[in-house]
Order: sequence, then C-alpha cells, then structure tokens
Amino acid sequence: MSFLTILFALSFYVAAALFVGGLAYKIYRFAASPAPLKIPTTPAPVTQFGVVLRMFREVVFFESLFKGTKWTWMFSWMFHVGLFLVLARHLRYFTNPVWAPVEFIQFFGTYGSFLMVMGLAGLWARRFLVDRVHYISAPSDHLMLILLLLIGISGMLTTFVFHTDIVALKSFILGVMTFDWKPLPDDPLLVLHLSLVILLMMIFPFSKLLHAPGIFFSPTRNQIDNPRERRHIAAWARKLEESS
Amino acid sequence: MAKADFSVPEIGEHIEVPLLVDGTMAHSKPYVAKADFQTPLGYPGELVENWQQKAIDKMGELLGKYRSLRVYLDSCVKCGACTDKCHYFIGTKDPKNMPVARQDLLRKVYRRYFTFAGKYFPKLVGAEDLTKEVLDDWYSYFHQCSQCRRCSVFCPYGIDTAEISMAAREIMDSIGVGQKYCNEIIGKVFRIGNNLGLTKGALRDTLEGLEEDVLADTGVEVKYPLDQKGAEILLVTPSADFFAEPHVDGLIGYGKVFHAAGASWTLSSKASEAGNFGMFIGSYENMRRISMRIREAALELGVKRIIFGECGHAWRVAYSFLNTLAGPFDFLDPKYPVPQHILEFTYNEIQKGTLKFDKSQNDHMVVTFHDSCNVARASRMGPNPGGQFEIPRAVIKAVCNHFVDMDPDTIHEKTFCCGGGGGLLTDDLMELRVKGAVPRVTALKQVIKDHGVTHMAAICAICKSQFTKVLPYYGLEMGQIVSLHQLVSNAIVLSGAQETRDEDDD
Repeated sequence: MSFLTILFALSFYVAAALFVGGLAYKIYRFAASPAPLKIPTTPAPVTQFGVVLRMFREVVFFESLFKGTKWTWMFSWMFHVGLFLVLARHLRYFTNPVWAPVEFIQFFGTYGSFLMVMGLAGLWARRFLVDRVHYISAPSDHLMLILLLLIGISGMLTTFVFHTDIVALKSFILGVMTFDWKPLPDDPLLVLHLSLVILLMMIFPFSKLLHAPGIFFSPTRNQIDNPRERRHIAAWARKLEESS
Repeated sequence: MAKADFSVPEIGEHIEVPLLVDGTMAHSKPYVAKADFQTPLGYPGELVENWQQKAIDKMGELLGKYRSLRVYLDSCVKCGACTDKCHYFIGTKDPKNMPVARQDLLRKVYRRYFTFAGKYFPKLVGAEDLTKEVLDDWYSYFHQCSQCRRCSVFCPYGIDTAEISMAAREIMDSIGVGQKYCNEIIGKVFRIGNNLGLTKGALRDTLEGLEEDVLADTGVEVKYPLDQKGAEILLVTPSADFFAEPHVDGLIGYGKVFHAAGASWTLSSKASEAGNFGMFIGSYENMRRISMRIREAALELGVKRIIFGECGHAWRVAYSFLNTLAGPFDFLDPKYPVPQHILEFTYNEIQKGTLKFDKSQNDHMVVTFHDSCNVARASRMGPNPGGQFEIPRAVIKAVCNHFVDMDPDTIHEKTFCCGGGGGLLTDDLMELRVKGAVPRVTALKQVIKDHGVTHMAAICAICKSQFTKVLPYYGLEMGQIVSLHQLVSNAIVLSGAQETRDEDDD
C-alpha cells in the first residue's frame, strides 16, 4: 500500500466527514433559527404547492437571476447544469454495477464539462469586466472560481487528453467506500484533480457555497403568502407576548 | 425649480446604470437621536461603553431570532445581480449603495466574529473588525436604504437587503446610536397616538372642517366620524391624511366611498396612525407596541372590521404582520379579511355596483400609477397574487378615462421606490431623497413626453410627501402627484348631489 493511497484514502474520510458534518451543522442552524414574520417577496404563492413550484423554478431555472441579469444567468446556468451532468456521470465510479440512468447520462456528462468550464470562465470574466462586480469581489470569490475551474480542467484533461487508468481509480474509490483499500494510480493529473476536490469538500460548509442549502431556507422564497388567513408567530415572540 | 446645495442629477431619456464613483454619499448622515428620543423606545441615550462587544452580542442575538439574517449573511455569492437595481445607487453612483455592498458592511463584521473563515482568514474572505469607521459607515449607508426590497426580487436566493438594514439599525439603536427622525416619531405615537402628534381635539376640528368642505362642494352631508362606538368599520389611516396635500383629498375620497356604500365607519383618536416606524428600525418590540393600539381601539369601539387607508409601509405591517403582532382578531367579523385595504373595499363596492361615477370629472388628467414598494413587493390586495397591481389600476380605470402605465421595468414588482421610504423622509436627507428619485422621475418624464401624462397617482403617504417635495427639483410641479382616492373623490356621484348642483345652477 503506497503512501499516496493511504494519504488519499484518509483525506477522503476527513473531507467527507467535514462536508457532511459541517453542512449538517449549518443546515441545523438555518432550520433552528425562527422566521418571526411573514416576508415573502410578493407576488408570492398562496398555497404550499405554489411555494414548491416557486422553489423548483428558482433552483432549476434560476428564475430571479434571469430577471436580474441575462449574462450572469447564462453563465451560471451553464456552469450549474454542466456541474450537475458531470457529477451525475461521476456516480459511475461509486456504483457497481453502474445504474442505468448513470449509463444513459454518460455522453451528456462527458461533454457537460465544457458547459461547466465555459460558464465558470464567463463568471470569472465578469469579475474583471464589470466594474460593479469587480468592486464586490473578495479574494475568496476569485479563488473559488479558480478552484472550480482547475477541478474542471484537470478532470477534462484526464478524460480527453492524458487518459488516466479509470479502472484502477474506480477500484480505489470503491475500496475507500467499503474500507477495503486498493491502490490509487500515481497519475499526477489525477492526484491534482482529487486533491482539489478534497479541498472543495472541506471548505464547502465554511464558504459562500452555503447558498446551495441557503436558498431552501430563504423566507422571501419559501413562505406562503397567507398572513391574514393564518396567524404566524415565533416561539420567542409568543414569550414576549406572555410577559407583557 | 427648487434650489439645492448639491447638484441635482440630469434626467436622461432612459434609466442608466452609472459607473462607480467612490464615496459620493459618505457624508450623508441623518441627525442622531438624543437621549430624549432614545429612552422611550427602550434604547440607551448615547453610545454605550464597550459598544463593540455590545453590538456583537446584539448581532448574535438577532442571528438567533431571525432566520432571514442568518441565511442571508451566509448565502450571498457576490453574483452582482442586485448591483444595478437600487434607486439610490442609480441616483448617487456610490458603490456602497449597491445592495450587496451595503449588506457587506454588516456581512464583513458577521464573518469576522461568527464564522470560521472570517476568524482565521479575514483578508481572504473580506472580514473586518468592528471599528468606529465601520460603525460610521453603518450609520451612513444603512440610512441610505429605503427597505424597498427591489434588490430581493432579482437575487437568486431572495436575499433581502431590507432585512439586513433593519438588523443594522436595531444593532445601532441598542448601542445608543439611533436616528432622530424615526425614533422621535415613534415616541410621538406612544405619547399622542400618531406620527404627527395630532391631538384628539385637533383631529375632531380637522374632520369637522372636511365635512363642511364636502358639504359646500357637493351639497351632501358626508360624515367623517371620530371615536364612534358601535360603528362597523374602523378606518386606520396615516396621520398625514388629516392635513397634508394631496393626502387629505384621499381621505375625503374614503369618506365619500363609505357614504355612497352606506357603510358605518369611524376613525379612532387612539389608533390615529396607520404608519408603523417600528418596522424601519427593525424593532419587533416597538412595532408590536405600535400595532397593539389598533387592537385596543378596535376592541374599545366594538367594530367588526378594520380597514387601512393609503400607505405603503403601513399596509405591509398591516397585511403581513398585524395578525402576528396584535392578533388573533377572532373578535371581528370572520366574513372579512383582517385587515382590509381601502382599495379592496372600494373595488368590491364597484364590483357590486353600489358606486356611481362621472368619469368626465377626471378628463383634465392623463393619469399614471406609481406602485408603492411595500405594497408591490411585501403585501397583497384581494384573493390573488398580483392583486396589489390589478386592483389599484382597476379602480383608476373605473374613475378615469385616461390611464397610461410607465415603463414595464419600473412598475409592478419591479417598481422603483419614491426615494423617501424606510424612515428617510426627513429634510436632513434631502440630497439622498432627490437623487433616489432619479429612476422614478425618469420613467415619469418618459410617459409625460410620449403620452401626455399630467398626473401620477400614489397610494402611500410617504410617496405622496416625497414626490410633492422632490418633483419640483426636476422641473415638475408638486400638484402632479395625486392620491388614488382623490381621483375616486372627483368622479364619485353621491346621491342627492345632483339636485344641489342643479339648484346652484339656478
């Protein structure tokens, strides 16, 4: 068992624990903070089903961003759809036998990477070309895009240019998942790709990537517009009422 | 043209997104509240010792009380969708008036004290210590947000800068740095019952004066009752409606509608204010205390329904929060929503056919309509989403022959704030108010040029006051802003009125 294999196997456990634990903690904090007032951005749905539809449009089509700026919408939608296809395709390395839908998506996932990288490039370009977006960008905003770009590009290189030993990689991953470690191919490009993914998993819960769970907890988007029909009151507000 | 000691922006053909000019509004600060205005609201009279720690503690408390604050401070990805959406940014070019940059003033402190990344890698994520300079920036720029929520419409996560600026103002109040305008007014509501400090006697005089005016005008005895026990409807309206122009013409209109519909109604000297500045300062406690007056008045007068007059933020607090703050209203008639908007009432009466109009009375006007931000994006009218856009327009069209809408990007949910909302309607913020009106005035001038529009109707006391003051800076006349119910008042035909007019002719 090489040092590389042991290092990466252990890193994956640490990263997975941080990712899942950190995210679970953050989601718990979001869920545990009360929303004392009804603040949906109106016009808003008047039924729970309507809210589900609104959230669906928001999460899948980025409805509000579309209203906001078409360029940002285009690049970020390209990136996110590309990322979704790529991630779905990657399930083939975690499943044995590979699930039918994952087989089906193979082609789209392979070329989705172009969509993903082009979207990221567009988003990064905006941070230089639009003075307003340049002004609001912190170093971390640039670094996050660089990180994702490098993950995308290194992954594409292993797929399209310098083919990695994918059979050995899959056996390594399945080994990590079943605690029956198998050697990791010592391909530098693959090592870079995996290192960056591990880094991304670890910083996810401590970064602005929290927008992913955050949207589901956003009161302006997830509340039903029915304040006159149903009295909405938070626990702390009820206590305030009882004490006065 | 009104005179100004600052440069009044040029109004272009279209609303243009400016290039950034750093610090153009760093000098803009409203007067700070003295101790007399702070203590009645439960806040310290001056900047407290150890204020940094107190402010951080307060921020921690609010993070535990408001999910919006916690989620919004964590979720922003700096995509920039909001950067060109704020009327104050468009009018001032100051980058800190971009919604995300405004939020970042608070977010950088949140990150420094409440997040792992900000504690250990502050430079990387743009986290900063809470210093006096940061506090000064807070005071300046969180009083350059009218909490109109336009940015939240376009944010992919629905991040609402209003929530952030309310929290910031609450934190500042809690360490003794309050804004004089809002806090003085809230004190007046507690002491006297309304924002303007009108006593019961003054109210009665005003209302009797209105009755005489309407009688002289129409020959019909329309009543404007005060504190009438046993009335069916309690009308709660912004106190500006009692004497300011064009607000009072709206109040006259409400009375005529009630009269024509045969409704029994009353105003209350206790709940003589629909406005609720507790929202502007982000204080649940003060907002609740102000709201409770309405519940108490409704109980004392034994009314069956509550109806609100024309006011934007008041309607937000009424529609969205009143049931929460002062409910449950199980003692009122369950047939009607609590509360209702005067436009819902008028609209329903029009549907029932109880009101008669002579639309030609408004033929000297070509009217457009300004959607008030809080009505458009934070409330509703009628049973269907978007009723807040349809109902006011339906009523205008029922009483006017000539109506034109402004640029679709400046109406409905995309409407621009008048520039004076959110507790900024004060003379010490005149420059901000004038500059903040740029997008709305641009859209208004377009329809004046293209469609011969003569008047803009509004349904908010703040919008009406703001435009009355600000339009003259742009070569328009203060009289071009009208109350929606003023149009109703002009056109409504009261039974018995016709004969009187005939007699006059003789």
